[in-house]
Amino acid sequence: MPQTLAPPAPEPAAVRPSGSGTAPDAELSALAERHGLTVSGARPSLAEYTRQLWHRRHFITSFATARLTAMYTTAKLGQLWQVITPLLNAGVYYLIFGVLIGTRKGVPDYIPYLVTGVFVFTFLQNSVMAGTRAISGNLGLVRALHFPRACLPISFCLAQLQQLLYSMGVLMVILLAFGQLPTWSWLLVVPALALQFVFNTGLAMVMARLGARTPDLAQLMPFIMRTWMYASGVMFSISVILKGKHLPQIVVVLLNGNPAAVYIDLMRFALIDSFTRHQLPPHVWAFAAGWALLAGVVGYVYFWKAEERYGRG
Amino acid sequence: MAEHMTEDQGGTRPTAADEARIPTVIADDLHIVYRVYGTGAGKGSATAALNRIVRRRPSVGVREVHAVKGVSFTAYRGESIGLIGSNGSGKSTLLKAVAGLLPAERGKVYTHGQPSLLGVNAALMNDLTGEKNVLLGGLAMGMSREQVRARYDDIVDFSGINEKGDFISLPMRTYSSGMAARLRFSIAAAKDHDVLLIDEALATGDRAFQKRSEARIRELREEAGSVFLVSHNNNSIRDTCDRVLWLERGVLRMDGPTDEVLAAYEEFTHA
Repeated sequence: MPQTLAPPAPEPAAVRPSGSGTAPDAELSALAERHGLTVSGARPSLAEYTRQLWHRRHFITSFATARLTAMYTTAKLGQLWQVITPLLNAGVYYLIFGVLIGTRKGVPDYIPYLVTGVFVFTFLQNSVMAGTRAISGNLGLVRALHFPRACLPISFCLAQLQQLLYSMGVLMVILLAFGQLPTWSWLLVVPALALQFVFNTGLAMVMARLGARTPDLAQLMPFIMRTWMYASGVMFSISVILKGKHLPQIVVVLLNGNPAAVYIDLMRFALIDSFTRHQLPPHVWAFAAGWALLAGVVGYVYFWKAEERYGRG
Repeated sequence: MAEHMTEDQGGTRPTAADEARIPTVIADDLHIVYRVYGTGAGKGSATAALNRIVRRRPSVGVREVHAVKGVSFTAYRGESIGLIGSNGSGKSTLLKAVAGLLPAERGKVYTHGQPSLLGVNAALMNDLTGEKNVLLGGLAMGMSREQVRARYDDIVDFSGINEKGDFISLPMRTYSSGMAARLRFSIAAAKDHDVLLIDEALATGDRAFQKRSEARIRELREEAGSVFLVSHNNNSIRDTCDRVLWLERGVLRMDGPTDEVLAAYEEFTHA
């Protein structure tokens, strides 16, 4: 027998038929406390949780890259699909809204305008969708390994950000093709994207917790997201549609304060010359930062609150 | 042996001998309940489902499985503990609760450090190369990038994946099931653990690899504070463990030295 462990013999007196339902033992918890044992699977404090999450940052980035890579490995064109997919999307919307319905009227540079809107909204949509399935779609992982669960929604949003960066490359080429020369305002893309990433991740974490409890949400979300898209001026200009109509003030505020519209407008302002400062709703940067802060903090805390319950059921 | 009295004997004060032993895992009246959705029990119609949601009543389609019922035990540093019992008796569930992966319905598990299950399958992706999976698996288990890099060669050598050519740079879906199992084991076994939890099915790969993995498990055991092993193979329990917990229908039926418990268990199963 290879068994050569010297340490103490097993509890000899403990050969006992254990009945069910022994009461919680004060002696045991005292013993645990005396030796500094901690409750397994307990939720760490918010600060400790953040520290653990930071420790896992390489896992978060590797997992994001791995998922993106794995997604296209069986396709013949491979990673090229990361570029083709957003292009095809924009093409379909151009055909329907630009050519058939004719929302292009009154919008200069319609193609860059539309493509920017589609890409930015797709980033939001995919982050929320991925967030909804972040826990419920990865129960195997959650039940097998120990890590701060927030790694999953954050990692999925990071993958979406990576995907968007490919799309942005395509967008730049389209802009150049339509005669938009690079200007200093293109640099505004960076803060706008950063804020939107924080907003998306916060929202994804809220959805991850809701989706972990009610997996049915994954079926419902596409409809909610599509409604949101039509209300966000992705393929038409809200200001053109609203012109000459007398809507209650509250509706105007809602339409302009809508985070999706805010991030889309900022991106258009940064990239498209004909989209000027006057087309931006008032206080747009404050809205962008406010939404990011609100969603980021609320989403993170809300997700952390249920940390020990993910993977149950 | 009998002088190692514990609180189980009714003594309220722990003895000096007991103080000298360092507990690593304490389960205190642990209950685990699984909730299984979509079992199809009850009315499955849409209106019935809507009605349940509106009234916030738990779905009839949800079945509760009370997998572990009031288990208490204390594991000490240096112990190797076997978990035995028939299929579905709650062994794997208990292991996951110790790992902190399944929340307790009632009762508590206290642990020293973070116990970890030996296994990394869920984190690996079949469409990625073996190389990338080594990194991903290592990071998923909580190793740092440097640690994974430092052990990379050991992991690949141990798996023997490259013995028949450069397979590590191919996607894992191209591996035979034996090769994939070997790589998974090699990644999982690359990390040192405070409390190591092993859920049977270690017997993967060919004969030579089985020998190698058994040796590696022994190494891990020597480094780890405590080891829990779930197995249906009484011989491997006898070889590895000095104490055995016997679970039956979620209840701890017996807890004691390997020989005694195994004898009782064998009598039970042959009866």
